[in-house]
Amino acid sequence: MKRRSPVFRKIEERAARVVSILILTVSLGAMLGIIGTTLIRGLPVLSWSFITQPSKPYGIESSGIANAFQGTLYITAMATLITLPLAVLGGIWLAEFGRNSRLGNAIRFCANVMMGIPSIITGLFIYAVWVVPTGHFSGFAGSLALGIIMFPIVLRTTEDMLLLVPDSLREASLALGMNRVRATLQVVCRSAKSGLITGILMAFARVSGETAPLLFTALWSNSWCGHYFSGPTANLPVLITEYTTNSPYEAQHAAGWGAALVMMIVILALNLLVRYFFTERKA
Amino acid sequence: MSTQIQDERKVLTIPSPKAKLREIAIADRMNSSLEEATPVQERRIKIETRNLNFFYGKQQALFDNNLQIDDKRVTAIIGPSGCGKSTHLRVYNRIFELYGGQRTTGEVLIDGKNILDPNVDLLELRRKIGMIFQKPTPFPMTVFENIAYPLRLHFKLGKSEIADRVEESLRNASLWEEVKDKLGTSGLALSGGQQQRLCIARAIAVQPEVLLMDEPTSAIDPVVTLKIEETILELKKRFTIVIVTHNMQQAGRVSDYTAFFYRGKIVEFGETSQVFTNPREKKTEEYITGRFG
Repeated sequence: MKRRSPVFRKIEERAARVVSILILTVSLGAMLGIIGTTLIRGLPVLSWSFITQPSKPYGIESSGIANAFQGTLYITAMATLITLPLAVLGGIWLAEFGRNSRLGNAIRFCANVMMGIPSIITGLFIYAVWVVPTGHFSGFAGSLALGIIMFPIVLRTTEDMLLLVPDSLREASLALGMNRVRATLQVVCRSAKSGLITGILMAFARVSGETAPLLFTALWSNSWCGHYFSGPTANLPVLITEYTTNSPYEAQHAAGWGAALVMMIVILALNLLVRYFFTERKA
Repeated sequence: MSTQIQDERKVLTIPSPKAKLREIAIADRMNSSLEEATPVQERRIKIETRNLNFFYGKQQALFDNNLQIDDKRVTAIIGPSGCGKSTHLRVYNRIFELYGGQRTTGEVLIDGKNILDPNVDLLELRRKIGMIFQKPTPFPMTVFENIAYPLRLHFKLGKSEIADRVEESLRNASLWEEVKDKLGTSGLALSGGQQQRLCIARAIAVQPEVLLMDEPTSAIDPVVTLKIEETILELKKRFTIVIVTHNMQQAGRVSDYTAFFYRGKIVEFGETSQVFTNPREKKTEEYITGRFG
């Protein structure tokens, strides 16, 4: 038999390695660039009063972001509260009961389509069906919009995580005389627990940075969130947009970077939390 | 004589649940020794399938299976891959119904009652008919909870009674000595062989009458396999056991009766010694001597 020269295979392998390293450098560089820029521009602004004081109208120097942070917390928390039960139960239904049913496939298809809807359109939708009829912007409207964005993400990750649980575990539960509900909640969901939490935290982190839907719903305010249900509510993403693009004042540009840094740190912390749960699952 | 009576009285007057369990155990042992003494013709049929057919959608997997399984005996189901062994077994506790598109015709009588009847209480049926799977399936809970959880579903028991039952089940599955110090650790942290015995303990804790074993040792190393086989021989004093196995030596070692399946049909059924040494059918002989399969 004639042997093939190994030279080409060696070149092939080397080329693959070079390309991989190149791609790694680009993606890592982009990430480090973003973090670095935000750090350099945001760090000088950070101070105790910056984190604890509410924002002030344009032109007033010593403004903070505390009200926006509070608002973002309210808005995302409420969005999670509204969406989570529905989406998790829906995901459970898809994975456990509607796996191959026509209704299940229809729901899955709709969720996939929903995930692809640009978030600004979701904002516009809530503007039309909630803000206009009620006559005012509100934090709650923002929660509705974010909730809609969260829904398909949580639904699909819940389903995917439950599908990772082997059927033998379902069979074993039922074979002991458990009913479907117990088997699902006590055994299957428990097995997928860290995956489920990961999915929820990821959805939470994702929507907490959404800006476009909030422009149409929560809008913006310089006061604390006393009017969560009835008036414009401060929030971080819109604060950043306003300060860095609409304000003519240098101090506010800087404050925008500070706010961006705070948001980045919080979301980074969330992601680390996600990783923590994820690695725990593997162990 | 008098000391014996005293001893008995001692056992009887202690009202602790442990003593009660011991009584039950003694009674069981007496029953089983009686059983051994009973003549062969007085065997009791526990499970009987009549013209059982099974369909995966339109594809038929079992053809007119007629089988009688004796009470408190081990019946092995052997045959080449895809012959319908597991499919047959999975009808007995109707676990196949978890998936759509699978259906049966015919009858499966357990203690004379057709369990394929739609009115049968599935939860109670599955308590009475335990199942052990190919891969160990410990729940993501502690070793203790793995057994206690299903136990609580079926029985109203106090804390100490549950602890006693858990210990009893683990002892019967010959796992107690290995896990008595780690009842609080996750069941998933045990080794494969331990996990499988945990599943056996879990299955017998809810006091079933029948144990279905679907290739219970195919993922287990040889040493632990022998241990599990010993457990099976011990368990048959109290339970009717039906075991699907790929391993013919195993069938020979543990079973009293053997059914040979081929392409969804029961080719031969009889006492294990007869099936293995003097098979009636040519196909059986070919399979047993390793000419195919």
